[in-house]
Amino acid sequence: MTASFLIRRIGYGLLLMLGVVVLNFLLIRLAPGDPAVVIAGEMGGATEEMLESIREEYGLNKPLVVQLGIYVGNVLTGNLGDSFFFNQPVATLIAQRILPTILLVVTAQVLSIAIGVFLGVIAARKPNGVMSAFVSVFATIGYAVPVFWTGIMLIILFASVLPIFPVEGMQSVKLRDAGVFVQILDILHHLILPAFTLAIIYLAQYARLSRASMLEVLGSDYIRTAKAKGASQRSILFKHALRNAALPILTVAGLQFGNLISGALLVETVFNWPGMGRLAFDSILRRDYPTIMGVLFFASAMVVIANILTDMSYRLADPRLRGKG
Amino acid sequence: MSDETTLQQPTEYQAESPALEAWRMFRRNIPALVGVALLTVIVLATLYGTFIYSGDPFEIVWAPHEPPGMTPEFPLGTDYLGRDIIAGMLTGGGPTLAVGAVAAAITMVIGIAMGALAGYYGGWVDNLLMRVTEFFQVLPALLFAMVLVTLLSPSLFTIAFAIGVVSWPQTARLTRAEFLKIKNLEYVTAARAIGARDKRIIWTVILPNALPPLIVSATLTIGVAILFEAGLSFLGLGDPNVMSWGLMIGANREYILDAWWPVTFPGLAIFFTVFAVSLIGDGLNDAFNPKLRER
Repeated sequence: MTASFLIRRIGYGLLLMLGVVVLNFLLIRLAPGDPAVVIAGEMGGATEEMLESIREEYGLNKPLVVQLGIYVGNVLTGNLGDSFFFNQPVATLIAQRILPTILLVVTAQVLSIAIGVFLGVIAARKPNGVMSAFVSVFATIGYAVPVFWTGIMLIILFASVLPIFPVEGMQSVKLRDAGVFVQILDILHHLILPAFTLAIIYLAQYARLSRASMLEVLGSDYIRTAKAKGASQRSILFKHALRNAALPILTVAGLQFGNLISGALLVETVFNWPGMGRLAFDSILRRDYPTIMGVLFFASAMVVIANILTDMSYRLADPRLRGKG
Repeated sequence: MSDETTLQQPTEYQAESPALEAWRMFRRNIPALVGVALLTVIVLATLYGTFIYSGDPFEIVWAPHEPPGMTPEFPLGTDYLGRDIIAGMLTGGGPTLAVGAVAAAITMVIGIAMGALAGYYGGWVDNLLMRVTEFFQVLPALLFAMVLVTLLSPSLFTIAFAIGVVSWPQTARLTRAEFLKIKNLEYVTAARAIGARDKRIIWTVILPNALPPLIVSATLTIGVAILFEAGLSFLGLGDPNVMSWGLMIGANREYILDAWWPVTFPGLAIFFTVFAVSLIGDGLNDAFNPKLRER
């Protein structure tokens, strides 16, 4: 992987983020009414003094281009504005909630890829077998189930029928003062249901995709060679074939990240998971625009970073791409 | 008499049109037919169900949380306010399906236009349009749709519009790929040679030949749009004056541990609708894709 590739990729990512900032700026202006009132939140509680200080801070009585400059400058210096509903700077609000979201999204991503690819590989062994049929049916069902509803059904199941997993929040109140190790276990315990709920949809897709991708690879000459030289079936499937079948899976994993964040928004709301999705939901209900814009900014940043990481791992996985810029 | 029969032209061999051939394949695909049947039942129920079983989904008609099967008048029971669940199910499907269809149409129009122009013209047009597409792919779709709906104030049209605005990039990429594949084929060169303008080549020469994968994608887009609408209504961002399946689930969310039925039935309805749509989409994919036919 060349450094120039990395620099260019990151530069492009920053450009996309600048685009998001400009979009945020335009969206506030798109909202009907006085932008100062919009920023203060349409709770009707803003005093004339507050509005005046907002106008001052955002330069709302200056020309639009200057306003845009001020807004971009503010974001660049880490000032995302203040939430008048939560009565806190937006950056602080997000800082408190970004880790739970990353934990949830990354866990769901890892779970769905690991289980999905495993199912897909097993299914590819016998293209017309029971496992293949199961993967196809499961993928169609996984595509069609609304993720928030899966979460609700799991809550009903695990709250009343089989109470082995906590169904709400991220930590037990009674364990707040326990040792670090106990707290980590407690968080993981709480993580199981939300992460699994979010993983189910994508798990099904990865299973179907890796099955198709494996079937294609398994027909190639080098697999026949590997068989001929007497490699074990496990080694053929997981070593020879999967390495090459992994590329399309990687591509999709990168593209899915944005959808995963959208899904996390619903899952966090269902499970009361204290992340950015929950924050987005709360702030949208209150029309707390600075917070909404902050969440949109950081959620997009997560997608940009995930895309860069995908590109990098793509190059690591496929030596043929390494030389190219 | 017999002379005339011998004089009749022998039936000329006619190549089957691709559409007809696809239909023949589709007709033999049992899961796809199940999908069609399922979707027909659901659409008919949402369109005409209220003629057979009338009831206002917002009206409080009975005690709250009446379990299903206990009272003959309310076979699926009542919700946390005592509203009839069947009435909600029958009226709640209409908005969901309508928004799904309109949103998918908007998605396809934007996506095909962007992808066709990018793929056909190439060069800086392609570059510019693809950067715009990538920008839209960076924005988490549901979150962006939520912001748009909040800004524009929720109504069935603004919801469909918001879903369309956030979902088109994939269609654009697919259309672009198809155009790149087709634009250098002989029949396109031939069309250009007889003096056809760009506009004509794009819309009447290339696009019809790019349609099969786009039709499949449109079908799946309807499914995604329905899930989107359900998600937005569930979060309380739907039109508050219109009952929908997502809204039913969202409204009863706080009481799921007291009553499972008000959230289960609308969820099943959403699931079966999207499931039917995706069976049809898979069937169309098999039907249009000659390579898969031998399998």
